[in-house]
Amino acid sequence: MSVSVRIPTILRTYTEGAAEVSVEPADATLSGVLDALEALAPGIRARVLDDSGALRRFVNVYVADEDVRFTDGLATPVAAGAQVSIIPAVAGG
Amino acid sequence: MTTTPVAPSSTPSVAPDAAPPVPDFGPATHLTCRECGQTYGLGAAYACAECFGPLEVGYDHSAVTRELIESGPANMWRYSCLLPVAAYAGDERNLNPGLTRLVRADNLARALGMTGPLWVKDDSGNPTHSFKDRVVAVAQSAARRLGLGTIACASTGNLANAVAAAAARAGQDSVVVIPSNLEDGKVLTTAAYGGILLAVDGTYDDVNRLCSELIGDPLTADWGFVNVNLRPYYAEGSKTVGYEIAEQLGWRLPQQVVAPIASGSLLTKVDKAWRELSALGLVEGSPYRVFGAQATGCSPVAQAFRAGHDVVRPVRPDTIAKSLAIGNPADGPYALDVVRRTGGVIEDVSDAEVVEGIRLLAETEGVFAETAGGVVVATLRKLLATGALDPAAETVILNTGDGLKTLDAISSHVGPTATIAHDVDEVTAAIAAHHARTGA
Ligand SMILES: Cc1ncc(COP(=O)(O)O)c(C=O)c1O
Repeated sequence: MSVSVRIPTILRTYTEGAAEVSVEPADATLSGVLDALEALAPGIRARVLDDSGALRRFVNVYVADEDVRFTDGLATPVAAGAQVSIIPAVAGG
Repeated sequence: MTTTPVAPSSTPSVAPDAAPPVPDFGPATHLTCRECGQTYGLGAAYACAECFGPLEVGYDHSAVTRELIESGPANMWRYSCLLPVAAYAGDERNLNPGLTRLVRADNLARALGMTGPLWVKDDSGNPTHSFKDRVVAVAQSAARRLGLGTIACASTGNLANAVAAAAARAGQDSVVVIPSNLEDGKVLTTAAYGGILLAVDGTYDDVNRLCSELIGDPLTADWGFVNVNLRPYYAEGSKTVGYEIAEQLGWRLPQQVVAPIASGSLLTKVDKAWRELSALGLVEGSPYRVFGAQATGCSPVAQAFRAGHDVVRPVRPDTIAKSLAIGNPADGPYALDVVRRTGGVIEDVSDAEVVEGIRLLAETEGVFAETAGGVVVATLRKLLATGALDPAAETVILNTGDGLKTLDAISSHVGPTATIAHDVDEVTAAIAAHHARTGA
């Protein structure tokens, strides 16, 4: 299955400037998507996850428009064709 | 976006892609990540490329004195020497906000059983009637320095007014994005200033996300989103609330302050202002406690405070305090840090209490606050009831917006005493009936 991932400006150095990439995760969860993204763009996963493997404090991740902190975090299921968005959390107010 | 990391050092270089001549940001020297300490040149950057942490302006403050500030203009630009702006920023076309009144609130204090001095910092006196004119003024100046021709924002309402008006005054283009369910008093006023106004079917958090996603799109190449890619500069504008309170008290800090929390930025910047003034020797570094106020229908920071968490779990807002309806507050963790460090508390109040708070402030002091001010007054009352706030200590509460913009919140609670014919007897009867009803 294929999943599209929206890449924030600050991570586009890993994707040769691409704002959106398509990945084929082996495991249909957000974790699986990040693994597939890492294979495509080595180093990018460590920007999104901290040393303990948890989502960083100031990153928002959405799966099909749902903030993953409302769902199952890294275990959130990702359906075929879904869009995953990675967005800095510091905006707004 | 300028996100080129430079080696951490006390004198970081300006980002290599900044256009010559080097933009003049006054005493500001660099941006620093609050999480990992990585430093960057001054540019339209807001999140750390290493860890996504928020970037904050760093300074070289030298030669700041009370005399220098006191000889400045009667608006927020008197603090230019403490902001990321050129010395001449106040001379460029802008709304010249700030230096709003600090009202001694003896009647409110008496009504609440307080014995110490109580003050209301009344920011409804700004040009578009909220403290947001301050943050926009600094962001607008940054947009000029960075060559960004359009100013834009994601807004819960007050920021929309402030951006559209500031752009109109400067003859600039603006793009304002709001949730479609805001009060008419915010939507129509924003539209009156002109510019592009996009009402989005969704919550503020949806709007905020949309604006974050627009960064990097070719469409927005010359846009400065004041609270996204210009956020480090924007946020510094809120420090002027803290500077003014100290100066208006005679270069002293109060012992307690109650501030509303939406993103949490204002609360953290009032604290930052007071720490700076203390460090620079402009005030004596006396201890103070910072209290935070939220509406129960959007209280993610108050909930995290009570639970002892240092991260904030987002919520879906449902409250009449729409200006504070940010379910996923960017500065929530830092607001928690400030309140815990200073020994304060974060409380939340129901919508009914918000209305009571608006009415109490209006009836005791003649200050008509918007819902955010109602949240603060009601929280003050609750903090006194729980014993968290000392009734004998000098206290400042922040009224950040104007009640005329949120009439919907009180329209079913107040109205004419009587509707009568133009007849003396009917006046007499109406007044008698009123006295009988109120027992006065
Ligand atoms: C009237 C009013 N008060 C307070 C706030 C809270 O500001 P902050 O996001 O800095 O916490 C807002 C923000 O939108 C506001 O409009």
